[in-house]
Amino acid sequence: MKRFIFLFILFLLVFSSVSVMYAADSAPVVAAAAVAAPAQAPASNSGDISWMLVSSALVLLMTPGLAFFYGGLVRRKNILGVLMQCFMAMAVISLQWVLFGYSLSFAPGNGFIGGLKYLGLNNVGMEPCPWAPNIPHQLFVIFQMMFAIITPALIIGAFAERMKFSAYIIFSILWATLVYNPLCHWVWGGGWLAKLGVMDFAGGIVVHISAGFAALVTAIIIGKRRNHTAAPTPHNLPFTVLGAGLLWFGWFGFNAGSSLAANNVAISAFLSTNIAAAAAALTWAVIEWMAVGRPTMLGTATGAIAGLATVTPASGFIGIWGAIAIGISTSIICYMAVGFLKPKFNYDDTLDAFGVHGIGGLWGTLMTGLFASTLINPAGANGLFFGNPKQFVIQCIGAFAAVGYTVIATAILYKLVDLVLGVRVADKKEVLGLDVSEHNERAYTLIE
Amino acid sequence: MKMVIAIIQPHKLEEVKQELYKANVNLLTVNEVLGHGRQKGITEVYRGVRESGNLLRKIRLEICVNDDFLEPTIKAIMAGAQTGETGDGKIFVLPMEECIRIRTGEKGKEAIG
Repeated sequence: MKRFIFLFILFLLVFSSVSVMYAADSAPVVAAAAVAAPAQAPASNSGDISWMLVSSALVLLMTPGLAFFYGGLVRRKNILGVLMQCFMAMAVISLQWVLFGYSLSFAPGNGFIGGLKYLGLNNVGMEPCPWAPNIPHQLFVIFQMMFAIITPALIIGAFAERMKFSAYIIFSILWATLVYNPLCHWVWGGGWLAKLGVMDFAGGIVVHISAGFAALVTAIIIGKRRNHTAAPTPHNLPFTVLGAGLLWFGWFGFNAGSSLAANNVAISAFLSTNIAAAAAALTWAVIEWMAVGRPTMLGTATGAIAGLATVTPASGFIGIWGAIAIGISTSIICYMAVGFLKPKFNYDDTLDAFGVHGIGGLWGTLMTGLFASTLINPAGANGLFFGNPKQFVIQCIGAFAAVGYTVIATAILYKLVDLVLGVRVADKKEVLGLDVSEHNERAYTLIE
Repeated sequence: MKMVIAIIQPHKLEEVKQELYKANVNLLTVNEVLGHGRQKGITEVYRGVRESGNLLRKIRLEICVNDDFLEPTIKAIMAGAQTGETGDGKIFVLPMEECIRIRTGEKGKEAIG
C-alpha cells in the first residue's frame, strides 16, 4: 500500500510539473506556428510526409526486432533481461530525445554540440524543417528519435547476461546524451565533420561506429561472463532469425527514409540496402561452408545484419555494384572479426555487437569514400573510384575521429557508472539468470 | 550394479560432464527438473502479484555403473558440482536389478559398459 501512495505522489509531481511547463510553453509555440504557416504551404507535401511517417514507424520496429535477434542468442534464463533492456531504450530515449536530446543534436550550436534552442521541443512546430524543408520540423524530430533509440540498444549485445538493470538505464541515458548526441551533431547537425564534408547517409558513423566501439569498451570493462566459453550459447535461434527479418524490414525505413523525401535517392537507397544484405548473407554462408563444412542459419542471419550495418552510410550514394562489393567484403571482414579477433584478444563481446556493427560501420564509412557517385545522388560527392580521392581521406578522418571520441567517452562514462552503482550483477544473480534475479519473472516454464 | 541419480545446479552440468569423462564414465542421461531443498524457492512477480516459493531449475543426472565404477562416479560429480553454497544438490545411489542392451540382448555387466 505504501508503494502505491508513493507512486501516486510521484505521478502527481511529474504530471503537475509537466503541465506547468506546457502552460509556459504553449503561447510562443502557437505564435511561431502562425508565422510559419504561409511559408509551409509550398514546401511540405503529403507524399514526403507519408513516407517519412511510415519510415519512422519502420525504424522503431527495429528495436524490438533487435531485442529478438539478441534475445534468441542468450541463454534462456536471460532472455527477458535482454528484451527488457531493448524495450526500456524505447521508453527512456524517447523522453530524453524530446526533452533535450534533439536540441543537443540538431539545434544551432558550436562544432562539437548543439545548443539549447529546441529544449523540450521549444521552437519546434509544423514549420518547414531547417534540415529538410520539404517536411515539417516535428516529423524530422520523430524520424531522428528512432535512430537515437536503437543506437544505445545495439550496445546491449556486448554486456548481455551480466549487467545490472539499474546501471544499464543510467548508462544509456548518459551515453545517449554525451556520446550519441554530440556525434549526431558532428555529422548531421552541422558540426565539424559535416563542415569537413563527411558523408554518412543513414548512420555508419553516428549509429554503427558509435554503438559498435562502445560495445567493445563496455565488454572489456565489465569483464567476461562466469563460466565463459568461446562458443556462443543461443537458446532459441528461430527468435534470432525472426529478429533478423524484422531488422532487415525496418532497415528500409532506416536507409531509404534517410533520404528524407519520397524521391529517387530513397529508391536507390532501398535497392542498395537489399542488395548489400543479400550479398553479405550469401557470402557468410559460403565462407562457413568452406571453412567449417556447413552453412548455418545463425551465420547467414549474422551476415545479413553485417551487410545492412555496412551499407548504411553508403546506401544513398552508391549503385548496385557498390552494394554487391560492400556486401561481399563486409562478410569476409566481420567473419574474421568474430572468428579470429575476438578469440585472439579474448574479450567477451557476448553477441558480437562490436564484430558486426563496429567493424561493419567502420568498413562501410570507408567504402562510402570509394563507391559514392554523384550520378546516384547529386547532393553527395564522388568517391575514390569516381575520381575523387579526397573524399576517401575525409571519410577516414570522420570514421577515426568518431572511433576515438566514442572509445574515450564511453570508457569514462561506463567507469563512472561502475563506481557509483556497479555495472555488474552479483555472481549468484548471474548464475540464477537475469530474468529471475533482476526482474522477478521467468520467460519459459517447465511444468504447465 | 548401481544406479546413481544426482540433482545438480544447471550451470554446473558442463563441469560435471568433463569430470565424468575424465573418470571414464561416458554413459549418462540428463533431465531438466524443478525443485528445491533447504534453499527454498524464488519469488516471482507478475503484474504486481507476488508468487513466492516458486521452484528452481535443476538438472537431474542418471548414471548406471558397475560396482567398481561407483566411487569414481561419485567423486567426479562432487568435483564438478560443488560450490559450497546451499543449492548444490544431492547424489542418490540405488541398487539395480538388471540391465539389458536392446541392440544385442546382452545382460548385466557387459550391457552397462
